[in-house]
Amino acid sequence: MTPHESPRRGPASGVRLVCAPASPADLLLRHVHALDPRTGLDGLHDVLVRGGEIAEIGAAGMLTAPAGAETVDGDGRHLFPAFVDPHVHLRTPGQEHKEDLETGTRAAAAGGYCAVVAMPNTAPVVDSGPILGALLDAAAREARVPVGFMPAITRGLAGRELTEMAELRALGAAGFTDDGRPVADAGVFRRALQYQRLCGGVLALHEEDPALSGTGAMHEGVVSALLGVAGIPSVSESTMIARDCALAEYEQARIHIQHLSARESVAVIAAAKARGVAVTCEASPHHLTMTDEDVRGLDPRRKMNPPLRSEEDRQALVEGLRSGVIDCIATDHAPHARDEKEVPFEQAPMGTTGLETAFAAVFTDLVVPGHLALELVVEKLTAGLGLLGLFVPAIAAGERANLVLVDLDAEWVVGESGYESRSKNCCFAGRTLRGRVLLTLAAGAVAYRERSTILSVPAQVTSSEGRSLR
Amino acid sequence: MRHLLSIEDLTRDDIERILDRAAAFEEVSHRDIKKVPALRGRTVLNLFYEASTRTRSSFELAAKRLSADVVNFAASGSSVEKGESLKDTVLTLTAHSPDAIVIRTPYAGAAALVAGWTTAAIVNAGDGKHEHPTQALLDVHTLRQKLGSLEGRSIWIVGDVAHSRVARSNILAFQLMGADVTVCGPPTLIPRGIEALGCAVRYDLGDLREADVVYALRMQRERMDQHFVPSLREYAAQYQINGRRLGPRQVLMHPGPVNRGVELSGEVVDSPQAVITMQVKSGVVVRMAVLYEVLAGARDERSVPRPTEPQLA
Repeated sequence: MTPHESPRRGPASGVRLVCAPASPADLLLRHVHALDPRTGLDGLHDVLVRGGEIAEIGAAGMLTAPAGAETVDGDGRHLFPAFVDPHVHLRTPGQEHKEDLETGTRAAAAGGYCAVVAMPNTAPVVDSGPILGALLDAAAREARVPVGFMPAITRGLAGRELTEMAELRALGAAGFTDDGRPVADAGVFRRALQYQRLCGGVLALHEEDPALSGTGAMHEGVVSALLGVAGIPSVSESTMIARDCALAEYEQARIHIQHLSARESVAVIAAAKARGVAVTCEASPHHLTMTDEDVRGLDPRRKMNPPLRSEEDRQALVEGLRSGVIDCIATDHAPHARDEKEVPFEQAPMGTTGLETAFAAVFTDLVVPGHLALELVVEKLTAGLGLLGLFVPAIAAGERANLVLVDLDAEWVVGESGYESRSKNCCFAGRTLRGRVLLTLAAGAVAYRERSTILSVPAQVTSSEGRSLR
Repeated sequence: MRHLLSIEDLTRDDIERILDRAAAFEEVSHRDIKKVPALRGRTVLNLFYEASTRTRSSFELAAKRLSADVVNFAASGSSVEKGESLKDTVLTLTAHSPDAIVIRTPYAGAAALVAGWTTAAIVNAGDGKHEHPTQALLDVHTLRQKLGSLEGRSIWIVGDVAHSRVARSNILAFQLMGADVTVCGPPTLIPRGIEALGCAVRYDLGDLREADVVYALRMQRERMDQHFVPSLREYAAQYQINGRRLGPRQVLMHPGPVNRGVELSGEVVDSPQAVITMQVKSGVVVRMAVLYEVLAGARDERSVPRPTEPQLA
């Protein structure tokens, strides 16, 4: 599998991450606090990007910009490997009133992301070769950062027949998922695990038992009892994870559990990992920072699936990041149109946007108060695509430039200056967060630049050739 | 008070002020001409998204006895059936400048949401399984009439607590007025975590005799289809309030409509301990007091429009 490839159709094997052509960046990032938890890089440096690649990392103030390169004065601000997200909803095809490839990847870039993987619960569902092929073509025209696609495990997400996984894989599927719903039938799920031996591709799983979730709209607990809203019990998630870990172990298959929410689930995965099951998992910024107490006002923007759970659950997730049981942070960015969310809580669709707030939310609520180390958060925000066998962004000479420049001291009010996403259903709306993304480089090109990011040299006219993605 | 959205928003003083006014309105109900001009020229709009004869007509009578104009807007046969959203319906109706909207919906929090979309005062007449605050107020009023005070009284709420907005509002209101509340019902119909509201939880009627007041909830037949209890017969055997279980000095309440032979036996419905019709009577005077409270009680605040974004908690 190659980390990047041409926007033109690549060879018929390997995962495809695709974006629109853009000029490779030539810029000097001066006086940045470069931090890459994997290489141990942590200090003031100059970082030179030439032709979209990290050309040189030098001592602060020692590098000079070559002719034609732009200089960004970092002034001690932090430079991280850009973030990656294995779990976003870009709503294309069919739900472009919520989001499309362009707005969704713009939101990703604004949040510091250099690559994302989109879920297949669109209209139609991404469950056939032609639909996946058309999406990849569209991404090559519209996506601002590289996008991969995970087609469905079962046709129409109906949970009965497997999709043509081998063909989808050959076209570049990043893995498979029925996200939004579980593969409830254990027999069908087992066949998907067996079929993985032929086609590869991680199976990413939304875990809940429909019979236990019922008509639930929020976490089952004290707050749901008070509000009279039907609850989704934690065991709806953890029992399915236990089932699927057992099946994956039996079939020696590779699975990834999406959006963990309950402490019971953390315990189940810890036990599965301990006995050698090939399972990884993710947690979302909202589950790491909010609880069902935040749902007391029945704000539909705080309705998501899985639901915001109790404080004990939230703490277990944070501890899961610390201990390594939880492998990465993924947003489950789920845009919905205003009129869809401006309804009573129980009627509202599940989901919150998250790409533009992920780093700031986790930084403000978990790093600033000292619950998590900054390096750990950066590691977890950059790990998600490596888990799928794709790539892990790094700050090292010779690497393609996947970088994010962040002002850790800047405070901003979520939603105050609008969103890059087409939708505004952000569960953090109105909150003052710390940590502002100033500049994002994705696959070697500038994908986002915060308006106030001052440049000492104006951008030069660059060549019109497309980005040479490797 | 600008809106009545939930008992959770109220203090004991609020409840006492409203019910003292309700007591004053009792006198009006006994006149030949049962009408006072307190809300003359005001418009009260009843917006009901669920079938309700009792609550809606109780609000209608209350508004009319205060000389307000009443418009009834039922969801069936209206634009709602044509797919109009709650917000659009409320914005459309707000264009008629109602002074108060009495709203019932099948969704928790809907009344509070609507309060952000209109300048009218909102009275929650039931939002999903969340709250039914005027029912709780009329029940407290009834008990104050019957017992004087609720202080130190033991009140058992029996039945399907999980699906009951009446239970939730009454647990809060009875406790606010100083009573000790016990909820009792099948374990499948007692929500996990309900103790956090301050009430005790029992799964059988063994200690029912300790109650001063027995408040039976309606057992809805649709719960049978969802198999929350094995059968109505078994439910009645375990939880029916009947002559054998109800003591002579206990007060029996029910929000209506009663399923005779299910949650209550016929004999107790007709017994002197039952105050069920008294509750219905209280409904009109308490709703008069509530409409008076939100329309004439706080005139100064009402000109401030509220933003249309859903409010953060």
